[in-house]
Amino acid sequence: MTRRARIREKLRWSNIYTFSCIRPNVLESEGGAHSLQGEGFSRIVHCNQPRVHRKKPLKYPSNYISTTKYNIITFLPKAIFEQFRRVANLYFLLAASLSLTPITPFTPVSMIAPLAFVVGLSMAKEALEDWRRFIQDMKVNSRKVCIHKGDGMFGYKQWQKIRVGDVVKVEKDQFFPADLLLLSSSYEDGICYVETMNLDGETNLKIKRSLEVTLPLGDDEDFKDFRGTIKCEDPNPNLYTFVGNFEYDRQIFALDPSQILLRDSKLRNTGYVYGVVIFTGHDSKVMQNSTKSPSKRCRIEKKMDYIIYILFTLLVLISLISSIGFAVKTKFQMPDWWYLQPKHTDDLYNPKRPAVSGFFHMVTALILYGYLIPISLYVSIEVVKVLQAMFINQDIQMYDEETGNPALARTSNLNDELGQVDTILSDKTGTLTCNQMDFLKCSIAGVSYGVVSSEVEIAAVKLMAGDLNEQNPDISNVPVQTSSTHDFWGNNGTNIEASEIELEAGITPKIGKSRKHLIKGFSFEDDRLMDGNWCNEPNAKVILLFFRILALCHTAIPEPKEETGGFNYEAESPDEGAFLAAAREFGFEFCKRTQTSVFIRERYPSSGHPIEREFKVLNLLEFSSKRKRMSVIVRDEGGQILLLCKGADSIIFERLAKNGRVYEEDTTRHLNEYGEAGLRTLVLAYRKLDESEYSAWNSEFFKAKTTIGPERDALLERVADLMEKDLILIGATAVEDKLQKGVPQCIDKLAQAGLKIWVLTGDKMETAINIGFACSLLRQGMKQIVISTANVDALASVPEKTLLLCLMTDQAVRENILMQITNASQMIKLEKDPHAAFALIIDGKTLSYALEDDMKLQFLGLAVDCASVICCRVSPRQKALVTRLVKEGTGKTTLAIGDGANDVGMIQEADIGVGISGVEGMQAVMASDFSIAQFRFLERLLVVHGHWCYKRIAQMVCYFFYKNIAFGLTLFYFEAFTGFSGQSVYDDRYMLLFNVILTSLPVISLGVFEQDVSSEVCLQFPALYQQGPRNLFFDWYRIIGWMANGLYASLIIFFLNLIIFYDQAFRSGGQTADMAAVGTTMFTCIIWAVNCQMALTMSHFTWIQHLFVWGSIGTWYIFLLLYGMSSPILSGNAFRILVEALAPAPIFWSATLLITAACNLPYLTHISFQRSFNPMDHHVIQEIKYYRKDVEDQRMWTRERSKARQETKIGFTVRVEAKIRQFRGRLTKKYSTLSVQTGS
Amino acid sequence: MLISVIFIPIGVASLLASRDVVEIVDRYETDCIPANYTGDELSFIQDPSSNKTCSRTLTVPKHMKQPIYVYYQLDNFYQNHRRYVKSRNDKQLRSADNANSTSGCDPEDRANGSPIVPCGLIAWSLFNDTYNFSLNNEALTVNTSGISWKSDRDKKFGDNVYPRNFQNGTLIGGKRLDPSRPLSEQEDLIVWMRTAALPTFRKLYGKIEVDLEANSTISVTLENNYNTYSFGGKKKLVLSTTRWLGGKNDFLGIAYLTVGGLCFFLAMAFIVVYLVKPRQLGDPSYLSWNRSPSGH
Repeated sequence: MTRRARIREKLRWSNIYTFSCIRPNVLESEGGAHSLQGEGFSRIVHCNQPRVHRKKPLKYPSNYISTTKYNIITFLPKAIFEQFRRVANLYFLLAASLSLTPITPFTPVSMIAPLAFVVGLSMAKEALEDWRRFIQDMKVNSRKVCIHKGDGMFGYKQWQKIRVGDVVKVEKDQFFPADLLLLSSSYEDGICYVETMNLDGETNLKIKRSLEVTLPLGDDEDFKDFRGTIKCEDPNPNLYTFVGNFEYDRQIFALDPSQILLRDSKLRNTGYVYGVVIFTGHDSKVMQNSTKSPSKRCRIEKKMDYIIYILFTLLVLISLISSIGFAVKTKFQMPDWWYLQPKHTDDLYNPKRPAVSGFFHMVTALILYGYLIPISLYVSIEVVKVLQAMFINQDIQMYDEETGNPALARTSNLNDELGQVDTILSDKTGTLTCNQMDFLKCSIAGVSYGVVSSEVEIAAVKLMAGDLNEQNPDISNVPVQTSSTHDFWGNNGTNIEASEIELEAGITPKIGKSRKHLIKGFSFEDDRLMDGNWCNEPNAKVILLFFRILALCHTAIPEPKEETGGFNYEAESPDEGAFLAAAREFGFEFCKRTQTSVFIRERYPSSGHPIEREFKVLNLLEFSSKRKRMSVIVRDEGGQILLLCKGADSIIFERLAKNGRVYEEDTTRHLNEYGEAGLRTLVLAYRKLDESEYSAWNSEFFKAKTTIGPERDALLERVADLMEKDLILIGATAVEDKLQKGVPQCIDKLAQAGLKIWVLTGDKMETAINIGFACSLLRQGMKQIVISTANVDALASVPEKTLLLCLMTDQAVRENILMQITNASQMIKLEKDPHAAFALIIDGKTLSYALEDDMKLQFLGLAVDCASVICCRVSPRQKALVTRLVKEGTGKTTLAIGDGANDVGMIQEADIGVGISGVEGMQAVMASDFSIAQFRFLERLLVVHGHWCYKRIAQMVCYFFYKNIAFGLTLFYFEAFTGFSGQSVYDDRYMLLFNVILTSLPVISLGVFEQDVSSEVCLQFPALYQQGPRNLFFDWYRIIGWMANGLYASLIIFFLNLIIFYDQAFRSGGQTADMAAVGTTMFTCIIWAVNCQMALTMSHFTWIQHLFVWGSIGTWYIFLLLYGMSSPILSGNAFRILVEALAPAPIFWSATLLITAACNLPYLTHISFQRSFNPMDHHVIQEIKYYRKDVEDQRMWTRERSKARQETKIGFTVRVEAKIRQFRGRLTKKYSTLSVQTGS
Repeated sequence: MLISVIFIPIGVASLLASRDVVEIVDRYETDCIPANYTGDELSFIQDPSSNKTCSRTLTVPKHMKQPIYVYYQLDNFYQNHRRYVKSRNDKQLRSADNANSTSGCDPEDRANGSPIVPCGLIAWSLFNDTYNFSLNNEALTVNTSGISWKSDRDKKFGDNVYPRNFQNGTLIGGKRLDPSRPLSEQEDLIVWMRTAALPTFRKLYGKIEVDLEANSTISVTLENNYNTYSFGGKKKLVLSTTRWLGGKNDFLGIAYLTVGGLCFFLAMAFIVVYLVKPRQLGDPSYLSWNRSPSGH
């Protein structure tokens, strides 16, 4: 029973669709089968017999997927290999292995332990990350799907249990668990809709269709005895091809991509489908396609490598010096040192073979001075970055309550790069805009309806209101808060409201404050049309037709809503959804679609009840990006045949009939208005058809439909073309592509922070420009430089061109573009007005020329000079190319942000890729380095976290080099006093602890918690961000300064200690200092000096920092105490050294004090000097905050806040300023004319 | 400023402490060569039959309070050479049970087929000059006990470890040890085994536990046994008192005064500059966007 009922419900879309669903019958004969011989076509799938695939020859991988790098067995070798690909680690490994030989200056454990610690920690991090991936895999693997268990019974099973040959039933809105062969669907003709967003980023639905022969398999029981064999290609990464044969009922049928449902795509608008599993797990196309995202390294780390190379050079140099010194000493002096028994030596100290000894000593020295290379640097940085990433992830202010998505740092090693971004390349749809359409305005019969302002208009009005505010003090006596202009977006709510009220009261008085319509996709408001009032309009008939087109011309499917009795529309694009919502609100509710008809409930004000009308759909010529229009041919209840068409204005206007152009002028004007208001427009038109005309065309159309071969599409298009002409224009719709929350504000702030923002969109130029206006990237008065190939393009597209001519035009296009670019550059150069701003707008086709090698530098030069750059109609590949151009051309850090799979290339190419974890699939997020829920969080991510992380890491790295130089060089100096023999003055265990415990925690706390200014201040003073891109904290000046500081500290520590402990008794007991005492004191001084230096460097103290800094010093004493108490065999000469020898000696403590102070004196002087006479921005702000001046002197505080931005030419605030200038200009003119008048 | 306030007094105190110390230094390695051996010191020192005794006279410049420490100072002696430093075995020194463990002692690990106790180059090259003091022909006793660290005596050098097979090899290094006394009592060895950090070093020889008046003369009879001639090292005999800060070394005080003075000077400089060209803390006009009106 149920089955029959369902079948009746099924639709045969193939009868409706024109282009996508034609099933060329001929191909299904045996002759059409692909001949699958040879390599690459070995796969055989026995449908519904998964057991067959458990044994060898046909055993394919299971559907278990794993994206982990390691497994339990491979983890150790692989991870260790990864670790030792770092040069520094390799060096330490070598040193550690040499430490087992007598060459070493240290005991083996003191070499191996830190290395093991560091490598172990890194590996633990790897393991943790891999574990997370594993958990994610497990989540996917344990998803359930309905699977045929035999005898027509279906049951749920985990994805990972699926095997090749299984028959699965996938229900609506589920993902396909593997690559499937579509057998049948809930639609009678085996059509199903698939959303492939995760594969290619396209949001529109794609149609897949099953083979004719498998259509009867429409129910669970049909699969009881279903058998079939598929022979097909081997797994490959090509998403758009599939070659295979299907053997069923002793017949062979050819398979092509349109029967294949790919893993990770989603079933939409279709109740369920049955399919046979062909490729499982890693064989599936999407898994084959997954590329490893390129590993990115941040700038600081790259620079760090240079510093490490410098240190290596230094290391080799001083090793060389000491080994030469050693060789000389050994050769000339050691024979005299009888106490060394020079005659009984091995090669290490052989005075007769100084060269050999020297060589061995070189190795020793390389190990000895290894303390110059901070072994724990990498690991500390990693730890710090992971913790920083945790802070980013936990930031409540970047948590999106709607979707429940927090910000997520997916790769932690780019945190500091966030603070150095120079250019942001942004996707538009889904990133700047919501991809949610709102029907806002329309123009019918030359009359524009709709009073609700678009966001662009609101923004513009606000701006004018702000202008008034600013100008008021000059003109009138009204007391106004002058500060408010820049505070539109501030936390201060009253200001916004004030201006908003002003705007709405003054400019659009008709609308109240709140939009009462909370209907998705519909924000239209106009009493002339609403509530059936349209009947009273002069052009009621046209309006009726307009509404009908809205309700009829689409491919959506209605779905009854249980609760309200209304309908949900499953539309291919959000525009269509908006149209249907609009039609419904106007009283034309689309309620049912059958095989041949569309039913509409029309509600007229005259009659209270809705009337259900049936329109027979004769043909449907659907939308494609090439055609830019769609039409339906319907027969209404009166038998009248109508062609209803909607499409882009340029396309429709050229197809209008002579008598259909009545409203063209008005409509065009309205279209321009809408365009300026940032709305997306479509033009609606219709055509009445005679029966005879239609049937003549239809037969031709049918012929075209059934043609086989490659020319079919072209033929169909041509036939469709024949019909879609002589149209009569009705009007136009305007749909608002809503900006995401907070986007203009965010762009404004980012612009103030000195960032350049480029928009790369696949949309058409007009829409892109509209959005540019909406986001304040463009404004009136900005000089727009549009570079396009439009004029030349027309020439080139003439079909009769010969090849030669084509080449010539190609050349011509190139020259043309080059000329445009040069002209524009000239224009910018000649521009005198400092406030003049330029915007560059370029389309994809032109871009493809501009990105060629010979032109790209000019193009880049032009683009860099422009305040904003908008590239439209760009392909994903071009997005990536533009990103690369900017990255490589300017050498600055780029950030790409996007949400769809089409942004993946760009995200991977940019220095930092940010994915929006919003509505569209996860592809962009998976490829990204950071994911945020909304564009507006980018501000906080960059300006707060980026700024902090950059400073933290920069200071941390500098400090690392400082402390290791300070420590490492003392070893070298001591060398010179031991005849370069390679003896170190410190106990091995001190050195072991130095990097790993005694100095690492404070620097980590610096890296994690340091804040120069609080997050609010960062946001209020976006100019502070510029410290990052200008690299103020990690330039060579600073690095070398730190290194010099290290050098100075090492000299002070070593020589002061040496002279203090020179030869006299160092305490009242008369004992002289031995090596252990001197070494321990020296080491104490180092610990004190570097930790105090750290304390001076920090500007933000919490108890954690105090604990770590002073705790580290405390730990040293505790260690010394414990070490001294351990067995003398273990501690050697350090036995009881603190208790017995050093602690009772005042000289030990006073030397520590003296040396610590002396070491930090230069830095202290430097910062006091800098603070007193040349303070940096954050210093001043710290002081202001410290003295609570911001509370006391609010006026100053807001004034400074408003000034604290980079000069920029985009963004909202600039718009306001431009207006103000205009205004002032006018005023002065007025004054001057006035004075002239009075004068005369 | 604060630093200078703290540092200058410390500097003064250290300097005073250092100045209070009375120190007598006598270099004797050239003077103790008999005239007939001049120019051939090496053969003198290596000739076991030559008379090494030598007498010196020291004048006490100021009153010296007891205890007066007696040091010997060697120069150009690389006790910190890696080969030297490592050439010992702490296990063996600690307990008689480990007499056989001589690892690291090469080449002074075994002699005549049996292990040397104490082994290694350090022990082997033990300093062997001896000093005898007399004041007004009355012998001054030099107390040589208690000159090493207590922990060394108690824990590191075992009281059941007796020198064995020591200085029995073909090469004779330094002093011979009394095989009947345990190592823990042989404090000169214990002191010597604490290797010095620099090639110039002093080591404690003993203590004179009587006060010495100013201008009294002490005659020293010394045995000049130790060979520093092959490497041109000096030998000095040092008598010194100590204060709370230890022996005579002005440097610490001077350094404190310098750093303190520097701080003082810097602080003054800052104050002066601040008075001349004051900057109010938190003055917003120093913000970068205020300083360069054109922006960046």
